[in-house]
Amino acid sequence: MSAKLHVLDPTTSPSFPVAAKTMLGNTQLRKNVRHATEVIQNKRARVVSELPDWQQLREAGRQIRTHTMANLDFYLEEFERNCTKAGGVVHWARDAAEAKQIVTALVKASGSDEVIKVKSMTTEEIHLNHALEAAGIRAYETDLAELILQLGHDMPSHIVVPALHKNRQQIREIFQREMNLPELGERPQDLADAARRFLREKFLRVKTAVSGANFLIAETGGVCIIESEGNGRMCVTLPETLITIAGIDKVLPRFQDLEVMLQLIPRSATGERMNPYNSIWTGVHEGDGPRTFHVVLMDNARTEVLADEEGRQTLNCVRCGACQNACPVYRQTGGLAYGSVYAGPIGAILTPQLQQMHHAQSLPYASSLCGACYEVCPVKINIPEVLIHLRHKVVEQKDTLDAEALAMKAMGLIFRSERRFRAAQRLGRIAEAPLVRKDGQGSGWIDRLPGILGGWTQVRDLQQMPKETFREWWEKRGSRGK
Amino acid sequence: MVKVLERLGHTVEFPAGQTCCGQMHWNTGYQAEPLPLVGQFVSQFKGAEAVVVPSSSCVAMMRDHYPKMAAEIGDAKLIKDVEELLPRVFEFSEFLTKRLGLEDVGAYYPHRVTYHASCHGLRNLGLGDGPQRLLKAVRGIDLVEIQGLEQCCGFGGTFAIKNADVSSAMLAEKTTAVLNTGAEACTACDNSCLMHIQGALHRQRTGVRTVHLAEILASEEAVA
Repeated sequence: MSAKLHVLDPTTSPSFPVAAKTMLGNTQLRKNVRHATEVIQNKRARVVSELPDWQQLREAGRQIRTHTMANLDFYLEEFERNCTKAGGVVHWARDAAEAKQIVTALVKASGSDEVIKVKSMTTEEIHLNHALEAAGIRAYETDLAELILQLGHDMPSHIVVPALHKNRQQIREIFQREMNLPELGERPQDLADAARRFLREKFLRVKTAVSGANFLIAETGGVCIIESEGNGRMCVTLPETLITIAGIDKVLPRFQDLEVMLQLIPRSATGERMNPYNSIWTGVHEGDGPRTFHVVLMDNARTEVLADEEGRQTLNCVRCGACQNACPVYRQTGGLAYGSVYAGPIGAILTPQLQQMHHAQSLPYASSLCGACYEVCPVKINIPEVLIHLRHKVVEQKDTLDAEALAMKAMGLIFRSERRFRAAQRLGRIAEAPLVRKDGQGSGWIDRLPGILGGWTQVRDLQQMPKETFREWWEKRGSRGK
Repeated sequence: MVKVLERLGHTVEFPAGQTCCGQMHWNTGYQAEPLPLVGQFVSQFKGAEAVVVPSSSCVAMMRDHYPKMAAEIGDAKLIKDVEELLPRVFEFSEFLTKRLGLEDVGAYYPHRVTYHASCHGLRNLGLGDGPQRLLKAVRGIDLVEIQGLEQCCGFGGTFAIKNADVSSAMLAEKTTAVLNTGAEACTACDNSCLMHIQGALHRQRTGVRTVHLAEILASEEAVA
């Protein structure tokens, strides 16, 4: 592997159609993604169907999150007060650069040049590991999937299952090579054993940990992490110093709100009734857990997202990944095509907004608007609506002489007048004539369209316009005729 | 559709000034162009007892967006008109099953058919198994269920052009599922999905055709 940075950076990533084309050529990746998303989706469907009040739970989740976002300033300050009271130290970071600076300084101040990490998409968002590395600090990912990616110099393709695009054989190869275990078997327990041995030593040695947060509880100043492997529990209990970094959107008003969230998330994320490990810690306690605890609250454009009335529901996301598993586009391309740690439908709306529409403008179009994401979202984010809203923002940025904009304008004029609509139908028949070929049955088909329309005829034919439109048939026959 | 409705004893009118619901513009991000179409729709259909539409996605466009569009225009009368008209707008199968409470509309179609549930019909309109119930009541039909019924065919309007490769991959899965049923025809409540699926079925010379639900329901046994 080369030493170049392996990061998903929306400011430099190719557009979605270009990146997707590359991914579509990777047959192994496509099989892995199809298989994994199907397994999780089926598990999810099973455990969701067990709950008769699932729709009420979703609605409760939506209301909690919407209320929180509407009063975010209040709850963040409440969290800061209560966390501080419990012995935590709260830091505020305006953007990624500030967050990285703060975390790096805190690690150095802890006296360690290594950290163990709990899986955190927020740290992936800001490429924290590279900042730590540049400061001479070695970061060890302890979540199994993140470990696989780190050892394989790969990037996360899913919010919950970041190495979803890799299969068992590929993981075994990475472990054999990177852990120097040529004899490693390929059973799941062989791989888990190898990871356990590799990580156990880090857990016991490293004195400083970095975590993300599923929730920051304003009422108590507590932080909540939910996970499946227990590595998170190790990271938040064994080290002397714990540094948690969280987006400001992660706050939850009351402890009691976990009742709703901890029912919604495990079922949505991994198809489990309950996460195996639910860790909630509040400040520091003598003789129990880290002696120093920091929380870095990061904005990084979330305030701008919040300011947009139609886009702000994006911040309600609880990072369960259900939309990714349900998305037929993600199913074909996997997550890396989205050029951001936030892939799939949620990424298609979150990433361009976090980039304040300066980058990732192709992402709102990376959807057929089929609505499968909205259907499974545990907090009812209307992702298709937000996608359309962001498409509008992209269109607003377009040059007035843009070919698509001009064509749309022309069609808009046609649709506004019956006379022009009729003329366009007649004209369409004349214009398509040179492209039409007759098949054996005498019906006409177009197998090659010019320009951008050629995307259609890559794999599809287009039937010729009918000799007689419905309108013409109707007028000939007369209204009410039988 | 006209044939079925008239067979059931309804009077069908076709307001000549109608054109397009504006979905393509709206969903591609062009929100100014379709705004005038809301008023146009209202003026064309205002007097109707029921407005029946042979396309689930057009109905979804109207239901999901017209109230918001009317509000954006800021015309109080238009807002009220849209509010009054929308409950009378039905997708074709929805009109038959929910408004009229029918399943058997007297059709005869002696073919092996599979039904594709268009996303907007399935999720936005909540058509449920209405279309299948209509199909099951057709005499002579051999209705076979498709695998992955809830999966999008990959059309998505301009998505099929802007993301042609991904759309093609999605379509490949859908046509494989259609072919696996052994059906000779694939039906749906939305011509845009059908045009998409048909495009690949024809390109691959599969010998499987697409047919709108209304065409099946309009078919009758020839009386000698």
